[in-house]
Amino acid sequence: MDNTVIKIQDAVVSYREDVALQGVSLEVKKGEFIGIIGPNGAGKTTLLTVINGLGKLVHGQAWVLGSRLNGRNSSNLRKRIGYVAQVERIDPRLPISVRETVMVGCYGRLGLFHRPTRAQWKIVDGVLEMVGVAHLSQRPIGHLSGGEYQRAAIARALVQKPEIFLLDEPTASIDKKAQREILSLIQLIHKEYHTTTLFVTHDLRTLPPTCQRLILMKEGKIWQQGRPESMLREEVLSQLYEAPVVATDEIAPLCS
Amino acid sequence: MLVANKGDMGISILQYQFMQNAILAGLCGGITCSVVGVFVVTMHLSFIGVCITHAAFAGALLGLWLGFNPLIGALLFSLASAAIIGPMADRGELNPDTSIGIVFSLMLGLAFLFMGLMPGARTEALSLFWGSILTVTRQNLIFLAVTTAVVIGLLVIFYKEIQAVICHREVALAVGIPATVVFYSLLFSTGVTITASLQSIGGLLIYSLILNPAAAAYQLTYNLKRMLLIAIAFGVISCWAGLAASYLLDIPSGASIVITSSIIFGLATAFSPKRKVKGWQQIKLAG
Repeated sequence: MDNTVIKIQDAVVSYREDVALQGVSLEVKKGEFIGIIGPNGAGKTTLLTVINGLGKLVHGQAWVLGSRLNGRNSSNLRKRIGYVAQVERIDPRLPISVRETVMVGCYGRLGLFHRPTRAQWKIVDGVLEMVGVAHLSQRPIGHLSGGEYQRAAIARALVQKPEIFLLDEPTASIDKKAQREILSLIQLIHKEYHTTTLFVTHDLRTLPPTCQRLILMKEGKIWQQGRPESMLREEVLSQLYEAPVVATDEIAPLCS
Repeated sequence: MLVANKGDMGISILQYQFMQNAILAGLCGGITCSVVGVFVVTMHLSFIGVCITHAAFAGALLGLWLGFNPLIGALLFSLASAAIIGPMADRGELNPDTSIGIVFSLMLGLAFLFMGLMPGARTEALSLFWGSILTVTRQNLIFLAVTTAVVIGLLVIFYKEIQAVICHREVALAVGIPATVVFYSLLFSTGVTITASLQSIGGLLIYSLILNPAAAAYQLTYNLKRMLLIAIAFGVISCWAGLAASYLLDIPSGASIVITSSIIFGLATAFSPKRKVKGWQQIKLAG
């Protein structure tokens, strides 16, 4: 039985004159944990937006969770895809609490004209407990630190019950301790929820050891891909980033 | 003594139809303007609202010049401006400030052009500038009441989608909420509200009534439902207190309503718990 959940064929995405993706083809099997690395402007985020239907293809095709993306069905598919972006600046006076923000994750699946039930609020409280921010649930979302905010964002994606989990530099702009905690949480979720996970980062030290396949992107193309131990070599990385890269102890677990 | 006489007259004046209409217009205008104000203030789109206001004003003047109902012109122009500004700001082809500024200046230019082309006395056109809640017609009042009912109805039915879009638009889109449809509906609601309130509050002043109560409520709570209720209370109080001040002090009603709402905003900002306390644990807020 074919368990491909994402299939992209010859995808081209263009923002005005800039071509963000150039003929990218990719297949992802159910339950895979894939790391996507590359320099800035390599097309990593654009690849994720193609998968959740927000990026418009000017050429090529994409199938996600068994459906071909056609612009009309992308909204429905997004209900089944959790998406966590990097920490964003939030107005500290925004009139919404952490608990309400996490509940927004349920709204897509709930659909129009339906209000959240008590059972759904219980699920939200349970997920907040799991990601370790239950004690902050009544706090305004704009009052959280970067690490706390990312935990809330992960909780929001989790209450969607996602089949695909897209993480776009979730550990950028947060301190090292919070980075380690967020990475542990992401790996735990992948293991417990059996999601198909795509993790984008430009910081090699934040690649989780759970990563089974590494995609190296450069200039809008998939430059190389393979197992982490074969990709995370100094000569490969130095070519990718066009600068000398030293394999540090922090990425050693991935190379073993 | 003069005040006492005015006070006595104040009670008797409530028996007049025009005053009852003005009070009802203040109630509906205060509610609707405050609700759409909460949308634009929370989304940080205040300047879009200013632009839509001037578009409505230009459309109304076109109606007066060409001899059709100014409200129809105001409605068409405000909806068209929302339809133009939204995509311009979204696509990022121009900086949102630039695109809104261009449409804003165009609308202001058109308003003055239509006014300049108008033959004869421009009394009615000038009344659109300042508004006159005391001369609001029954037709206007019905339009305003229907707009209020529709805006409140949509808010109640689609509260969760509106909350998601005004607080976390990108997230709303990512979880499968029809965020773009909701966003444009909010802009169009703003356009319709401005059109409905144009004759009573006036084209130059209406936006203050949209912005001030919502901005004041934004200072006082972290809870969206409470923010809506506080903004509505401030909006209605602004209209009624402004109306009373207009009658007692013999000053233009639109101006007195807007000044009242500005005073409320000033007080809310001065006493805002959000700017006084640094730590969340210390904050004792309504929400």
